[in-house]
Amino acid sequence: MNLADHLIVAPVVIPALAAPIALLVMRRKRRLGVGISLASCALMLMTALVLLGVADDGAIRIYALGNWPAPFGIVLMLDRLSGIMLVLAATLSLIAMAHSVITRADRDGWHFHPLFQFQLMGLNGAFLTGDLFNLFVFFEVLLIASYGLMLHGQGRARLKAGVQYVIVNIVGSSLFLVALGLLYALTGTLNMADMGQRVAAIGPDDQGLLRVAALLLVSVFVLKAAVAPLHLWLPRTYAVATPAVAALFALMTKVGVYSIIRVVPLVFGENAGAAAFVPAPYLLPAAIATAIIGFAGVFVARSLAEQAAYAVVGSTGTLLIAVASWQVETLGAALYYLVHSTLTGASLFLVAGVVARRRSGFAEHASPGPVFAQRQTLGLLFMAAAIASTGLPPLSGFIGKLLILKALVGTPQWGWLWVTILATTLIGVIGFARTGSAIFWKTTDDAGTAQPAANTRADLIAPVAALALLASLSAAAGPVTAYTHAAAVQLLNPATTARALLGVP
Amino acid sequence: MITLEFLVASAIGVLVAAGIYLALRARTFQVVLGLTLLSYAVNLFLFASGRLTLGGAPIWQKGVTGYADPLPQALVLTAIVITFGMTAFVVALALRSFLETGTDQVDGDDEPRDDDTGGAL
Repeated sequence: MNLADHLIVAPVVIPALAAPIALLVMRRKRRLGVGISLASCALMLMTALVLLGVADDGAIRIYALGNWPAPFGIVLMLDRLSGIMLVLAATLSLIAMAHSVITRADRDGWHFHPLFQFQLMGLNGAFLTGDLFNLFVFFEVLLIASYGLMLHGQGRARLKAGVQYVIVNIVGSSLFLVALGLLYALTGTLNMADMGQRVAAIGPDDQGLLRVAALLLVSVFVLKAAVAPLHLWLPRTYAVATPAVAALFALMTKVGVYSIIRVVPLVFGENAGAAAFVPAPYLLPAAIATAIIGFAGVFVARSLAEQAAYAVVGSTGTLLIAVASWQVETLGAALYYLVHSTLTGASLFLVAGVVARRRSGFAEHASPGPVFAQRQTLGLLFMAAAIASTGLPPLSGFIGKLLILKALVGTPQWGWLWVTILATTLIGVIGFARTGSAIFWKTTDDAGTAQPAANTRADLIAPVAALALLASLSAAAGPVTAYTHAAAVQLLNPATTARALLGVP
Repeated sequence: MITLEFLVASAIGVLVAAGIYLALRARTFQVVLGLTLLSYAVNLFLFASGRLTLGGAPIWQKGVTGYADPLPQALVLTAIVITFGMTAFVVALALRSFLETGTDQVDGDDEPRDDDTGGAL
């Protein structure tokens, strides 16, 4: 085993080391702590890019922690999907981290940087693990860190939303454990690939129990992904979180979607006998409802942050409409849209945060206020983010939605899916136009509220970077879709994954 | 005759019922208690997922064929540690939220109800 093989564990180890070091250093040498945190994010991005390149040969790489062989020990698994998610997490974390440092939001509390690193450790671990219980553990790591990050900066609104967020997620974790217990009792294993093989051999007496376990497991993932009717916690929580944190959280809902994409084909795939794709018939209506509710929320939102939160919900719905068909074409398009929608959600939160900084007193409402600094630039940035979010050309949302629409043709009820996606796009466009014109075009001569002299342009760096990434995702659509298509092929061929995961040649 | 299976299953059932009832109440303290009961039930359930055996050898013993499954015990240990931390956190958070917002209603209602039934009739 050479050094390159050990690189697979690096995305988990780097933040796990950076977090305690940053925690220790922070009190005495603040700058050094911030530097460690930023360096960790940059190092993670480099590692992730290398891993993305390594995974492109189509082989599935396994890292046995403690060198225990696969069904008994815990393994990490690197395939194309993991590579995509790792790069996405590292890129987004670098942007969010830079924004928090630039806007000095990280100074609102002592433990921002350690918590941020632990959050990344949980995210990266969840993207790499090949073991179902290990997935639960990494979920808990990222959730515990997210509780701290969500409450970062404190204040009434955050505490109020924070209590609800924590309670909802603790109930979700309990359900996760129940599903794990059922699956372990039925199959006697926790390794995803091993479980997938044993699920097929379960007798007819236990099929009901298996279905219950599968649906419970997927409902936990759906809760994390904020799919209707389990979406109510998201807008409240994300709208009040610090903008940099909310930008990172845009990825956290996608962890739920990732888990569905990872677990369903591997454990409840086509070889699973009677339990094959058990959640599919429920997932599609829920996805349609989510898309409609999300973009309706964009339409009626009262503030930019709330609008961004609903846009995240809506994009998850669109994404799952594509995922729920479980075909190579739709899944490939969905993975492209996943990358796009995560970056879009982040850029919406960042733009909303920057606008709120310049409109103190009007931050809570998308209503006309006095003229504020860099209004035109911000208006353009908001328009770009809105275009990306609704899926108009030229940004990557258009390509993503086009790919999804094209891939859906021929699937059952594709007419209704087209209607949903196109109608929600229209609703979203009107919603963004409404808030945008109120904030950036209309003014009131209300001189009573003095605007802070925000002459700095530094806080525009992170939103511009996020939008530039969207533009490059659009420009590089060819290679990226080729990669996501290959990832989808790999995902829907669970037998190969199972052989690699169990070490069978 | 009450079997071991019946006893464990009904204990889990009662804990889950009580946990869900309390978790749906309106005030944070009751919700925290409900979540704790729910996590006890989940821990018992995980423990039982390795089958209930009496007097089984824990890991390996010479000449013994019947074993107690050690894996669920490891899982339960992990789950207990995690839920313990979570409970401690949610208690601290509920207290902080009460002190800061002046209300212990989970839905963040600004006006606390004056009856002490937690909003239930």
